[in-house]
Amino acid sequence: MLKLENVQSGYGNILAVRGISLEISEGEIITLIGANGAGKSTTLMTISGVVRCRAGKISLNDEEIQDLDTDAIVKRGVCQVPEGRHIFPQLTVRENLDMGAFLRKDTKQIKQDIDYVFSLFPILAERRNQDGGTLSGGEQQMLAMSRALMARPQLLLLDEPSMGLAPLIIKQIFEIIKKINEENNTTIFLVEQNANQALQIAHRGYVIENGKISLTGSAQSLLQNTAVQKAYLGI
Amino acid sequence: MFTLQELKRSALISLWFVFLTFPIMVVKVNSIEKTVQWRWMNVVYVLVGSFVLSLLFRYFLYRKEQQSGEDEQQGDNTGRSLIHRLLIVPKYRNMIYGVLLGTAVVFPFLTSSYQVNIMTTALMYVVLGLGLNIVVGLAGLLDLGYVAFYAVGAYSYALLNYHFGLGFWAVLPIGGLLAAMFGILLGFPVLRLRGDYLAIVTLGFGEIIRLVLENWGGFSQGPSGISNISRPGFFGIELSLEMAIVYIYYLMVLFVIVTIFLVNRLQDSRLGRAWIALREDEIACQAMGIDKIKTKLAAFSLGALWAGIIGVVFAAKTTFINPASFTFLESAIILSIVVLGGMGSIIGVIIGALVLILLPEYLRALSEFRMLAFGAILVCMMVFRPQGIIASIRRTYTYKPRNRDEA
Repeated sequence: MLKLENVQSGYGNILAVRGISLEISEGEIITLIGANGAGKSTTLMTISGVVRCRAGKISLNDEEIQDLDTDAIVKRGVCQVPEGRHIFPQLTVRENLDMGAFLRKDTKQIKQDIDYVFSLFPILAERRNQDGGTLSGGEQQMLAMSRALMARPQLLLLDEPSMGLAPLIIKQIFEIIKKINEENNTTIFLVEQNANQALQIAHRGYVIENGKISLTGSAQSLLQNTAVQKAYLGI
Repeated sequence: MFTLQELKRSALISLWFVFLTFPIMVVKVNSIEKTVQWRWMNVVYVLVGSFVLSLLFRYFLYRKEQQSGEDEQQGDNTGRSLIHRLLIVPKYRNMIYGVLLGTAVVFPFLTSSYQVNIMTTALMYVVLGLGLNIVVGLAGLLDLGYVAFYAVGAYSYALLNYHFGLGFWAVLPIGGLLAAMFGILLGFPVLRLRGDYLAIVTLGFGEIIRLVLENWGGFSQGPSGISNISRPGFFGIELSLEMAIVYIYYLMVLFVIVTIFLVNRLQDSRLGRAWIALREDEIACQAMGIDKIKTKLAAFSLGALWAGIIGVVFAAKTTFINPASFTFLESAIILSIVVLGGMGSIIGVIIGALVLILLPEYLRALSEFRMLAFGAILVCMMVFRPQGIIASIRRTYTYKPRNRDEA
């Protein structure tokens, strides 16, 4: 459903993504792994339109979206969970979720979806009247993901959901990512530094190095690849 | 109650004050008779006075800290002021509104036209504060050049009246729309700016408008301004000066009510939500599919709209305007109203405007110490209530677990 062809983007004089091509089909969990500064987050931001695409083509369901504004891309069902979570700190959990459904007008469905994300993350239901900023890091990540789900995305872009979280919570979050994918057939594009965890749940993976894809294959084959093991898995 | 250490601190402060005020409070030089007068008694007054004041200050600070500790323990009603608690109950709310409206209606009959005039000015600032509150309080865009839109409104009435003889009611929407257009004009270049940078650019914009009005004599008649602007018409009836003052006062009461209603509705609308989201986190806001450009421009133009309308009223009220009325100080006062009253809070802004505009007038009894007292009050306000007089409380959802099974 999403196809990147030779995409380039960056900030100022720096080209962070130097011609990336990748493809995601419906219902897949795809992960993009790489070191710090390899261009993972920039790739994601370019897809969602926060960072301008300088060259190449991005197409969603055969429609070119690289020149669209972020809100237009979100309208087409691509929703991003930004790195570092970026929840609204002074809005309550419930209001944060309502913001996620900003573009939707089907009140009844929204209520159902709120119940659904509360069933995914029961802790959020307990904290629904609390300000977002008072949540712990793991809870904020859960909130950020729930908020993105409230938009009913076809494609969910997750930027380092494991950042700054305890191993136990990381495990929990990855399980839920898998669950979201299986239950709603939501396509997930996961950008991760924690290569091991990401490859455990993903169907396929891409390895990015210095703004270029260096390796691709099924998650299993990447887990067994010696180069990947050495560089990203610490084996 | 006070420890020895605190007493010692206060003593040090008072000594420091004696030293600081020594040249002006103690030594009095008469340069004509060439005598020096030493007023030693003043040392004692300053010493005792500053000692007591600093103790009082410390005491209130201590009490405030204790109170905030208690509030946290109570949990539920944190930060809710008495007014908010009263306004939640519909019975009290209607009563308060009724009393306020009643007072506003009978006010001109009970007081002099001087008082009515001051109150009209205060009400104008209420509307200006509510307008700026959209930009600063809701959308979180620090605008230091708000007075520019006020000037646009005032000059559009003055010039259209002067050249084409257009009346107040005809220009009212034109002035508002022109100001809103200028809001969009300012909005475009500052779309990417935030915080300090935005403040600087808006400050510059405010000054540009004023300087253009001051120096483009052929257009705006320069610093000498435009006089003999007609007052608002009342179905073609000529009003006496006193009647006109009362008439503008009632107009302003009406404007305030309409503005409160509209701003309240706006705050709870989708656009209001988008503004609050924009204030909280721009990246998340984009990720939610909010059109950042439209939302920002809407904030600027809607904020400016009110300034423009009040600008027209201002020109009609004073019948004379010149660029000196639109200096940076005006922007600063309007911004102070918003910050002092409580950012994002409608009641707060209203009270802030009344306090900031009426206080200097009623402090006139203190003659030359007026502004000093005013400054002291502002400093104390910010120390003891940094969140503003009335902190903003958003509409909150209360969740009742019992209903869940039924639904």
